[in-house]
Amino acid sequence: MKQTSTEEVGRLTGVLLWLGTNLSRLFVSLFVPAVTFYVLLVVFRFLRDGQAPQWVTAIVAIIWGVGGVLALFLMANLIIERFPAPWKRRLTPFVFVGPALVILAWYLFIPTLRTLWASLFDARGENFVGFQNYVYAFTSKAMLESFRNNLIWLVVVTAFSVGFGLIIAVLADRTHPAFETSIKALIFMPMAISMVGASVIWKFVYEFRPPGAEQIGLLNAIVTSLGAPPQAWLLKQPWNTLFLVIVVIWLQTGYAMVIISAAIKGIPAELLEAGRIDGANEFQVFFRITVPYIRGTLITVSTTIVLFTLKIFDVVQSMTGGNFGTQVIANEQYNQMFRAFNFGRGAAIAVVLLLAVIPVMYYNLRQFAQQTEAF
Amino acid sequence: MVGRRQTWGSKAFVYGALLIIAFVWTLPTIGLLVSSFRSGDAVLASGWWTVLRNPAEAELSLDNYRIVLGSAGGNPRLQEKIKRGQENINLWSAVLNSLTVTIPATVIPILIAAFAAYGFAWINFPGRRAFFISVVGIMVVPLQIALIPILRDYIKLGLNGTFLGVWLAHTGFGLPLAVYLLYNYISTLPRDILESAFIDGASHFTIFVRLILPLAVPALASFAILQFLWVWNDLLVALVFLGAQNQVLTQRLLGMLGTFGTDWHLLTAGAFISMLLPLIVFFSLQRFFVRGLLAGSVKG
Repeated sequence: MKQTSTEEVGRLTGVLLWLGTNLSRLFVSLFVPAVTFYVLLVVFRFLRDGQAPQWVTAIVAIIWGVGGVLALFLMANLIIERFPAPWKRRLTPFVFVGPALVILAWYLFIPTLRTLWASLFDARGENFVGFQNYVYAFTSKAMLESFRNNLIWLVVVTAFSVGFGLIIAVLADRTHPAFETSIKALIFMPMAISMVGASVIWKFVYEFRPPGAEQIGLLNAIVTSLGAPPQAWLLKQPWNTLFLVIVVIWLQTGYAMVIISAAIKGIPAELLEAGRIDGANEFQVFFRITVPYIRGTLITVSTTIVLFTLKIFDVVQSMTGGNFGTQVIANEQYNQMFRAFNFGRGAAIAVVLLLAVIPVMYYNLRQFAQQTEAF
Repeated sequence: MVGRRQTWGSKAFVYGALLIIAFVWTLPTIGLLVSSFRSGDAVLASGWWTVLRNPAEAELSLDNYRIVLGSAGGNPRLQEKIKRGQENINLWSAVLNSLTVTIPATVIPILIAAFAAYGFAWINFPGRRAFFISVVGIMVVPLQIALIPILRDYIKLGLNGTFLGVWLAHTGFGLPLAVYLLYNYISTLPRDILESAFIDGASHFTIFVRLILPLAVPALASFAILQFLWVWNDLLVALVFLGAQNQVLTQRLLGMLGTFGTDWHLLTAGAFISMLLPLIVFFSLQRFFVRGLLAGSVKG
């Protein structure tokens, strides 16, 4: 049967509408991002190559950086909103979770593989050298010294930071709240300081002048006033590593203290009372009730600090540059990358750091999986 | 503290011990502060504590700060000092650079992580659990693992030494912790609020902007402070991706540490300036900072 003209017109209108909607969608999907990216690019070129006074560049850069990301999200949402419902549902998760996953992939996941690959090549990444870089990473004098030092860092920093943090938290808990807050703030304050800043501070503590001259370093001043000769604290091996370690203990104790303090305040008062009623003295209460109760927290804090000391860089770089027997793994990696320009070795050392961290990663993931069965 | 038998003696012990510990802890910082008010000759000649014996004679002044912040221009006495020193160290541009690096490197990860955390918490999509577990797992990976490949990419893309490069690097390294912290918070928001919004026809985006973001402000603030302090105080990422142009405060301080003592008085002022902003942020927003630490601060 021949179709009536109304049906034909109806179908034609339908086709035109479909074409129109999808063309406009296509247009918006292409045009809006194109314009946004173009504007961002122009401003970027201005920032990188322009000659404006620095404070202008600073303000423009900040607005561009923050505004740019906002604009990108708004733009993505604008586009998604124009799509029909089923597409919207499929694409929305990508808008939300996509940027984070893409950035993480490019900055952490894929680099791990690329570094593994790069560690099998030579200094400039041109020739395949197999495991030669790992031979360096595990047997060279610099690396062996680093392993020894990192072990010292690991053990001493963790033990003393957690130890001091625990003692201070327990003591402070027994004082008037206002006093407690002030003391904790003072102990905690070094956490706000950069490691380089801390290096400057402690440089003034460790400064050495020859015997007979006036000592301007605090430690030597104390030592000479007790009658002993002044020491070059940062030069004497193997003790100099310990003096670097003291700086980081000074920084990290506050962190341990805050976390342990929160945990201690969560111990039920009845538990402690029961112990005291049974005749335990304060030491026994501490060792038999308090410490076991916060065991989980102590492990978490210790793990965090262990991870931190494995990557210790700033303090060593600032105070001794890794010389005089104080070299550590992260500093050696930096040296290989930027002094020796040997990317192959730098990559191998990074992989060594990764290997050291894997046990913690495994433990973390297991804890997490247990905690989130109902995800 | 009900029922605790605290004798006068044990109380004195606790308070006394804490006071001594706090004093010893703060002493090094006080040393730096006092030294920053002294002239170059004085700093190299005698210990800072000698000032306490006779404060009036010690000629304390803000000169070091003036020189280091670049406002020594019209002052003849300061010009004289600068001529006698080895170089005119001006940290003002480093302060601007630190701000330029830190502010976006704090805000951008928060934005991206907030979106992602909401997606993980409230949108059901395939692979959700696997992706989130990988985000948590990657948290402990040391950032050293990424330096070489990213640097190579930056050189190829012309991003080396640019602020954008550093922002993206800090974003990448800060995202795992950010997503984890924000997820923990957002996933505990009451379901009914979101459900009623859905019933009213709101899209995920509207709910996110109008409901979730305002409600998540405490968590956002906690991470913002952690990230701000981390980036402001960072040295390694700046050294690798920012290089010699546009140096931030930490890089400049490192450079000054390397010199052999002539400008130490300026180093003290410079160090204190670099600490001032973090200390202000820290003390005024302590609550949020502590909260952020307690929420799990394992960082790569």
